[in-house]
Amino acid sequence: MQHLRKVSPLVWLFAGIAFPFVISDPTYTTIAIFALLFAAAASAWNIFSGYTGYIALGHAAYFGIGGYALAIICQHWQIPGGYTPFYLVPLCGLLAAIASVPLGAIALRTRRHTFVVITIATFFILQLLSYNLRSLTNGSSGIDFPLILQWAPGFYNLPFYYVALLLTVLALGVSWFVRHSKFGLGLLAIRDDEDRALGLGVRTGSSKLIAFVISAFFVGMVGAVYSYFLGSVQPSFTFDALFDVAIALMVFMGGIGTLTGPILGSLVLESSQQYAALNFTQGSGGLYLIMYGSLFLVVILLLPQGIVPSAKALWARYQATHTASVLPDPSGSGGANPVARSAPGDGMGLATPREEAKA
Amino acid sequence: MTTMLQIAGVVAGYDGSDVLKSVDMTVETGSITCIVGPNGAGKSTVLKTISGLLRPRLGTITFLDKPIQGFSPRAVLETGIVQVAQNHSLFNEMTVQENVRLGAYLLNDRARIDRALAEVEDLFPIVHERAHEKAGNLSGGQQRLVEFARCLMLNPKLILLDEPSMGLDPRTLKAVFDTVKMMQASGRTILLVEQNVKTGLGASTHGVVMESGKVRLTGSSAEILHHPEIGHLYLGGTLEDANTAEGSPPASTSAPAAQR
Repeated sequence: MQHLRKVSPLVWLFAGIAFPFVISDPTYTTIAIFALLFAAAASAWNIFSGYTGYIALGHAAYFGIGGYALAIICQHWQIPGGYTPFYLVPLCGLLAAIASVPLGAIALRTRRHTFVVITIATFFILQLLSYNLRSLTNGSSGIDFPLILQWAPGFYNLPFYYVALLLTVLALGVSWFVRHSKFGLGLLAIRDDEDRALGLGVRTGSSKLIAFVISAFFVGMVGAVYSYFLGSVQPSFTFDALFDVAIALMVFMGGIGTLTGPILGSLVLESSQQYAALNFTQGSGGLYLIMYGSLFLVVILLLPQGIVPSAKALWARYQATHTASVLPDPSGSGGANPVARSAPGDGMGLATPREEAKA
Repeated sequence: MTTMLQIAGVVAGYDGSDVLKSVDMTVETGSITCIVGPNGAGKSTVLKTISGLLRPRLGTITFLDKPIQGFSPRAVLETGIVQVAQNHSLFNEMTVQENVRLGAYLLNDRARIDRALAEVEDLFPIVHERAHEKAGNLSGGQQRLVEFARCLMLNPKLILLDEPSMGLDPRTLKAVFDTVKMMQASGRTILLVEQNVKTGLGASTHGVVMESGKVRLTGSSAEILHHPEIGHLYLGGTLEDANTAEGSPPASTSAPAAQR
C-alpha cells in the first residue's frame, strides 16, 4: 500500500503526459486544457482557503490581472504569437501576487462573512477598473492576443496542454510542500482556532497573507494562460464572478483542505461541464446545465464531505469490517477491530473513549 | 527559594472595564502555586495577562528579573512561559502529533523539534500511540495529557494551567494532577488556576486566594486550605463578611494571611 502511494503520483503524471498522444482529438484536448487550468487554480485556491478556512470569493480578480497583464505586455512590447508569451506567464503571476498584497492585507483584517464580502468587493472594483481604465485595458472592447499562425490546427492545443499540466503539477507540488511544512501546520491551526494558534506563537497575520499571495500568484498565471488560449481579454469574461463560484464548488466537491481533492473536483466538474455543453446544447437549450447541477447534487447528497474525504472514510470503514470478518474475535468483545487495537490505553490509567463508552 | 515571577499592581480587563484591580503576587521557582477564588474573581485573567493574551493597563510583571508586561504571546513564549488554556484547547481537526508539534512552532531546528517530540512521547505514551488520530476523538482526560505534552515541547520554565480539572472524573483528575507533580519534579514551575479548591491546593505547594479582582490571601497551600474564611468565601460571602461575623480584625484578611 505504501509502495503504491509512492508510485501512483508518477503513474498519474505519466498518464497526464501521454494523454494528448492517446486522445489527439482537439475537442477533447481542449476540454483537458480547461480542466487542467481549473485544477491548478483550485489547488492554489485551496492553499489559502482550504488550509486557513478563510473562504475567498474574489480570486477572479487575480485571474483577471494575470490575463490582462499578459495581453497588455504582448500589445505594448509587440510580442508575436507563439511560445514567447508562455515565458511571460510567471511575470503575470508575479503582478497578480503583488496586487494581492495590499488587497489581501485589507481583507484579512476581517474574519468570516465580512472577509468573504470584502474579497467579492475587491473583485468588482478590479472588474470596474478593467472597464474604465480605457487607455490601458481598451475598455469593454478588450485586447486581442497576437495570432499564432505558425502552429498547425492539430498541434495548436499541445503547447497549451503541457503548460496547463505544468501549472497543475507546480500548484500541487507547492500545496504538498505547504501541507507538510511548519508553515502549513500554522495554517491548519488557524483554520481550527485562530486565537489559540496565536497563543502558540503562530504569526497568524503574516501566515494568512503569505498563503493568500501564493494562491493569487498561481491563479494569476492560470488567468494568463487561459486568456491566451481564448485569444483575447474582455472585462466581462476575464473578470468573471462565476470563476470564483466554479473553483469553490470544485474544491468543495473534491474535498476542501485535502491535497488531491481540488484536482479531482476540477477534473470531474470542468470536464463534465465542457463535455455536456458540447454534446447536449443543440436543440435542447440548457439541458447540460441541468445535468451539471444534478451531478453536483448527487455528490453533495452522497458525499457531503467531498469526494476524497468521503472515499477515505468509506475505505477505512471497509478495511475495519473486512479485517474484523477475517480475524474473528476470540473474546467476542470486538477486540479484532483494528480501530480498537490501534487505540490502546494511554499508559497513564486513563480510559480510551471506547472504554468510556462501554462504561 | 527564589522568585521566578512577580506581579505588582497589575490592572487589566476587557472592553474598558477592569477585571484585575491592582493584583500583587509572586511565584517561587520550583513551586506549584494555585490560584483559587470564586467565579469572576479574575483568576484566568491573571494567566491571560501573564501569557500576553491580555495587555495590562497598569502594573508590572517581572519574569526572572525581566519585565514582560505587554509582551505579545509569541514573545512571552520565547521567555520560557507557556499556557495550557481552559477547556479543551487542542485543535480538534488536526492529529495528535500535529497538535504536539505545534507546541514547538517557535523552533526552526527540525532535529531539535524531533528530539523534543521523542522526549514528550516517552513521558506521554498516548502521543505516540494515537499520533495520527484526530485530537477531537480523544476523551477529555486524554486531551489534557496531550495538552501537557504540547506545552513541554518548548522545555518551558513556567507552565500556566487554567483549570486543569475542568470536566474530568475523579480517577482522571488524579492522573492529571500526578502529571502536574511530575512536571514540577522535572524542574518546571507551575502556576495553576483551580475552581476545585481541595484538589487544587491539595496538589500545590503554595496558594493564592483571589476575590473581586484582588489577591486576598497568600501562603503555603496547607495554610490556605485550612484557613477558616475560605469555606465562607466559597459559600457566597466575602472575606470582609467573614471577618465581621467572626470578629476578626479586617487587617488579617485584606493583607496576606501568611506571607512567604
